[in-house]
Amino acid sequence: MAEAVDFKVVGSSPIRPDGVDKVTGRAQYGADQNLPNMIYGKVLRSPHAHARIKKVDLSGALSMPGVYAAISGADFPESEHGAIGGEGGGDVSDLAKNVMARDKVLYHGHAVAAVAARSLQIAEAALAAIKVEYEPLAAVLDVDAAMAPDAPLLDENCFTKNLPEKPEKPSNIAAVMQLARGNVEEGFAAADVIVEGDYRIPMAHQGYIEPHACTASVNEAGQATVWCCTQGHFEFRAQTAKVLNMNIADLKFVASEIGGGFGGKTVVYLEPLAVMLSRKAHRPVKMAMTREEVFRATGPTSGTHVKIKVGAKKDGTLTAAKAWMAYEAGAFAGAPVGPGAMSIFAPYMLENFHVEAYDVLVNKPKVAAYRAPGAPQSMHAMECAVDELARKLGMDPIELRLKNAADQGTQAPYGPKFPAIGLKACLEAARVHPSYTKPVPEGAGRGVAVGFWFNVGMQSSAEVHINENGTVTVIEGNPDIGGSRASMCMMAAETLGVDYKAVRALVGDTETTGFSNVTGGSRTTFATGMAVVQACEDIITQCKARAAATWGVDADQVSWEDGHAVPAPGLNVDVKPLSLAEIAANAARTGGPLLGRASLNAQGAGAAFSVNIADFRVDRETGKIDVLSYTAIQDAGRAIHKAYVEGQLQGGAAQGLGWALNEEYIYDDNGVMQNAGFLDYRIPVASDLPMIDTQIVEVPNPSHPYGVRGVGETPIVAPLAVASNAVRDALGFRIADLPLSPPRVLAAIEAQGG
Amino acid sequence: MNKVQVSTSINGEETEFLCEPQQTLLEVLREELALTGTKEGCATGDCGACSVLLNGRLVCSCLVLAVEGQGAEITTIEGIAQGDGLHPIQQKFLEHAALQCGICTPGLIVATKALLEKNPDPDETTIRYWLAGNLCRCTGYDKIIRAVQDAARELAHPA
Repeated sequence: MAEAVDFKVVGSSPIRPDGVDKVTGRAQYGADQNLPNMIYGKVLRSPHAHARIKKVDLSGALSMPGVYAAISGADFPESEHGAIGGEGGGDVSDLAKNVMARDKVLYHGHAVAAVAARSLQIAEAALAAIKVEYEPLAAVLDVDAAMAPDAPLLDENCFTKNLPEKPEKPSNIAAVMQLARGNVEEGFAAADVIVEGDYRIPMAHQGYIEPHACTASVNEAGQATVWCCTQGHFEFRAQTAKVLNMNIADLKFVASEIGGGFGGKTVVYLEPLAVMLSRKAHRPVKMAMTREEVFRATGPTSGTHVKIKVGAKKDGTLTAAKAWMAYEAGAFAGAPVGPGAMSIFAPYMLENFHVEAYDVLVNKPKVAAYRAPGAPQSMHAMECAVDELARKLGMDPIELRLKNAADQGTQAPYGPKFPAIGLKACLEAARVHPSYTKPVPEGAGRGVAVGFWFNVGMQSSAEVHINENGTVTVIEGNPDIGGSRASMCMMAAETLGVDYKAVRALVGDTETTGFSNVTGGSRTTFATGMAVVQACEDIITQCKARAAATWGVDADQVSWEDGHAVPAPGLNVDVKPLSLAEIAANAARTGGPLLGRASLNAQGAGAAFSVNIADFRVDRETGKIDVLSYTAIQDAGRAIHKAYVEGQLQGGAAQGLGWALNEEYIYDDNGVMQNAGFLDYRIPVASDLPMIDTQIVEVPNPSHPYGVRGVGETPIVAPLAVASNAVRDALGFRIADLPLSPPRVLAAIEAQGG
Repeated sequence: MNKVQVSTSINGEETEFLCEPQQTLLEVLREELALTGTKEGCATGDCGACSVLLNGRLVCSCLVLAVEGQGAEITTIEGIAQGDGLHPIQQKFLEHAALQCGICTPGLIVATKALLEKNPDPDETTIRYWLAGNLCRCTGYDKIIRAVQDAARELAHPA
């Protein structure tokens, strides 16, 4: 690991290389691809939350002028079982049935047919001409109803996984998971204080502003090119190949710019349909979802029910913790219940704990990854419990957390011992932060909570080309969702010792760069950054060899300093240092163009912890909450682009506050979402929020050349409990469930007698 | 279907197009005129990604019929930068790292231009309420507000 901290580029905040195109409207996003002869695809969606499909008749659509193709589940091959890949859970055969229903529809909005037509207007008219016969079935809409013994079944072949023996009867419980250490009953017996809680949080959507969109073009040899907004075009290629039973060699995926994803663009929805429609129509097909379709048929994250019990001694030492959690998977297995279970106690040293977690099918959209998938919901319960413990013990909530905080060497609840982590550093920073030491404003309440995310490494590829004038082109395979091109350019500039402006980064398509896993798991700056640094080191090795040949010395007698090949210390030769530009200009005579490359499966993604502090005021007459101040403190390992790291902390805080204070999927009794639009599913707007204060803590990750640990996901974890704890402090009693929307808060105030 | 001929001015250029009566200005800008800098986030007037200026007034182009462009002056994101350089608002968005994914950025820049033409010295609350119709899911708005404040200073006192 680099010991020196006097970096020239790392830690600054230069303008992103893709910035000008994004402030002028030039940048091309998912729906911006227009091709000659292109037609438009649209999807027909289920009006029932649960029904058997008796018959789909496409003939009415196909007979309309201007309609070039129509498809339904009968057109799709049987898909084999296998992991979906990307960031979310689940099976690829389920994914295939999610993109197009076969014998059953499992949620309102489930795709049942699709058409391609000359115009959007004709496509929409064609959808109305498709006849579908349904046999409606009873729907289950939450985990409690779905887990009931006599509940209607979504899948008659669903037998709970991970039990000692296969159960006799199918159920809606797709899987159960247990995590335990020590003896919880002894731990509770040793406790002086015990708190219990029961928390429900409804489904919430990632809420990226760009709806899913793609354009597919299939030629007469069956070779397809797909332009789309995606967090991972290699995974989209693999998923599409599996859904359509195609050879991945016949599929080229080009990632457009992406208008937000937050995990929700790690799985395909439209892409296999567009490819199939294009193949049948012999024309390029563009498909873009409406906002309503995005809400009804993509994303969301699990609605959850979490029960928790935590015990502590008088001095604050935690003695035992127990949790039961059930996560809505939506229509197919794969709720983020594993990470929910593994994260709930991760911030604390705990000798005795037990977690029981359920992945539960309900008649709602199949959940997708959402920023730190599963952790915000489970950790909300724990951070509320710790807050209640602090109150019962009369301890400061940060002191209580410091007393029990995991540190280097602590065995994480999910297995490994933590290497260097920044939880204590964040708590210590919070303890003395002006946002914490200042008095709570009159009539307001203060909330504190800890956030955590594992972070991942996974596979990345990078190439570095040195142009003939010494400028640098970096090619990598991760869609730039929040400024990662800038970070790649910065790490390349720092490593090579050249000016930041001499480096440009390109996100290659699936045929122009090596395999790279999704932009997800907070992995890009860590893992792809590591690949870029290694590719630059490859360049330096080659440059040293070129200089050695030029000077007539051995390669190990050449050093690389500040962008120049120089004689190694102690070598007494009379030569001038050679700059990267000079070596590049002479490349033809020293062995040809300079091309560096690296590919890796990155290990050692360091876990990222945070502490958030907020002051809220609650209007007792309306139940409305005002966020007076908000501070996000987080360990970034090392911030490469400081302003974009701050932006992750601020954006995660806002997104978490939206989830905590207002956002929820509201269903009627028939399983129809009632608020499928931005007017009624109201995400935070500028006037809802104050400035969001940030403090970046840097406890370098020993596994990364610059100490990077992922920063993208942790920021959304703490705000849920921060909100609950601030409202608890303001009102004097706790409202367990989220969101803390005005109707819920007002009802709680009235139930307490105003 | 009978198409309607519309004569309008877009970013200072006389423009004619044919559209169906029910088509929105957003759809015509994006799909007929290839001005894809204006984005669709909701098509219901709730997100502001499709913001344009219609005769100097800030509107959601998804709520305007294309035929309403007849005789009008329309400014889209493609018309904000004049001459060789960026508009100061665009420059400040870059300097303040006020965009992450960038999908809301065109709408926010158009909305900011409308604000600063109407009120060259807005306070933070005014900025927050003016931009409340432009959703951003990435930034938490902090850096956007700072970029707008800095752009206002720059426009009042060019460096």
